[in-house]
Amino acid sequence: MELTDSLSTPAAINQPVAHGRVRRAPLISRRSQALLTIVLCLILIAAVLAGAWLIGDAGLKTSLGERNLAPHWQHPFGTDWLGRDMLTRTLHGLTLSMRLGLAAAAVSALIAAVLGTLSATFGGKVDLVITWTIDLFYSLPHLVVMILIAFVVGGGVNGVMVSLVLTHWAGLARVIRAEVLQVRQSDYVQLSLRMGRTPWWIAHHHLPSHVLPQFLVGLILLFPHAILHEAGLSFIGIGLSPNTPAIGIILAESMRYLSAGYWWLAVMPGLALLTMVKLFDILGGQVRDLIDPRTAQE
Amino acid sequence: MRWIVFLARKLARLIVLLAAVSVIAFTLVSLSPIDPIDAYIGADMLSIGLEQRAQIAARWGLDQPAPVRFLNWLEQLAQGNLGFSRVYNQPVSQAIGYRFATSLALMGVAWTVSGLLGFMLGVVAGAAEGSWFDQAIRLYAYTLASTPLFWMGLLLLTVFAVWLKMAPFCCAAPVGMLPEDVTLWQRLQHLALPAATLSIIGIANMALHTRQKMLDVMHSDYVLMARAMGESPWGVIRQHALRNVALPAVTLQFASLGELFGGAVLAEQVFSYPGLGQATILAGLQGDVPLLLGIVLFSTVFVFSGNTLADLIYQIVDPRIRLAEG
Repeated sequence: MELTDSLSTPAAINQPVAHGRVRRAPLISRRSQALLTIVLCLILIAAVLAGAWLIGDAGLKTSLGERNLAPHWQHPFGTDWLGRDMLTRTLHGLTLSMRLGLAAAAVSALIAAVLGTLSATFGGKVDLVITWTIDLFYSLPHLVVMILIAFVVGGGVNGVMVSLVLTHWAGLARVIRAEVLQVRQSDYVQLSLRMGRTPWWIAHHHLPSHVLPQFLVGLILLFPHAILHEAGLSFIGIGLSPNTPAIGIILAESMRYLSAGYWWLAVMPGLALLTMVKLFDILGGQVRDLIDPRTAQE
Repeated sequence: MRWIVFLARKLARLIVLLAAVSVIAFTLVSLSPIDPIDAYIGADMLSIGLEQRAQIAARWGLDQPAPVRFLNWLEQLAQGNLGFSRVYNQPVSQAIGYRFATSLALMGVAWTVSGLLGFMLGVVAGAAEGSWFDQAIRLYAYTLASTPLFWMGLLLLTVFAVWLKMAPFCCAAPVGMLPEDVTLWQRLQHLALPAATLSIIGIANMALHTRQKMLDVMHSDYVLMARAMGESPWGVIRQHALRNVALPAVTLQFASLGELFGGAVLAEQVFSYPGLGQATILAGLQGDVPLLLGIVLFSTVFVFSGNTLADLIYQIVDPRIRLAEG
């Protein structure tokens, strides 16, 4: 970084005449900015997890004297029809949704990595079957497949997990397949083959540095999808049981009280979910910027 | 001749696809631990004896082994009979047809609105790169991309139905009215909020995609050339940008039918809109296997038609693409 800075400074002094305007160097580099954002996102995500743990279950007790209170300083998210603190419920719900989403996305990404690599490495019939399966997943509405799978597994936590895992790998598998194909066809890999390296050695030494970054970014960007879909499945009632306060369940319950004007039951948990998803989205985008050689040096 | 080959090839692909989907879906469904009889009886479980259960099983053909059931189902399917839906107490094809007609209004409006608005916003944002308008649209689109669709529905419901009382609270028609008495105006009123929910979310994707394509065009050499030759900014957009941006937008919009369908499932659930989405949920929750399988097959055809239409339009509109290659 320093090298480019010192090289570009003299040029920048000469530039204004030609261009008519001076472009000020940003206060901090794009790279530090990305790092800062990543750290901030991680802190906020950790805060939600820690918050649910710190705040404990005290707010989940019913207290009939405090039913249906609008948000105020003692209950920032208000209380529900049983007098339970909505902030506590939201944090616990978010933690549960996140745990499910993260676990499902991780397993799904692993499937994508294995299938994508297999497909690109073996080619031929294996490739044909795997790409055909990927296409098959794209020829059906996601949500219909998820409902079908959740039904097949028998609903509940398992139903949600299996349907999330089985429906999220296809996109990333495509990316990884393309990446592996590209590396395999590159000159230096061809060269090391000619120099007598075994395919296993190449897979060991040349593949990870190319595929791992893509995998990591793909994995992080799967989180928001998985979390949103988990919430959607729970919302329509095909996911978790009503006793488990996942965020989708909380929102589904709130529907019964909307007409009574208790808006905070729906607005606040949803806003929290949106923020959470957005955080993971930003996190993924920044990590990609950092890792991608085309943007990493800006 | 080219058209016949094109359509025949597409048809063959659809048949293979449907065959694969039906085998997989049927296999999956027959593995489900949810007993269809239990799901059907529900709370009346205790009042029904073993003999009655056996009778129900025999009537539905559930006493046969799975491969036999699959062949029976396939045989009926080939004759256009999708089976009988327990949830709606009518043939599956009728249940799907009727609900799809209701959904079609919703999806059609949302599809058109989100496509047109998203395209226009994307074009303007891309043409005015870096302006406050561009920034605003990007913020909108990126935020909406992380927004749960059903939560957006709840928000609209709260604001427009509960607070402002501008829109009805649920359903596709006033409660307790006969379908033939409902006026067009009432239908539109009930359609407004679910369609708005779907559109608001749908716009984001389209706007971002169009904006990106627009940037590619505006930074291209031929636009630079046109500008150097004295073409006005508006002229560049009209002559060069719109044509190049419109095609991928059309493809995207037709290829998004699967997402639209999924969105409709959630939107219909929020607004108790009696369409195909709600039928999907009911079929899943209550274990109405014939209906669920019917919807899986139907949605496959639905998404496939979207993609095929996108291909077709490409063939007609874009002179660079020849049918022979498709």
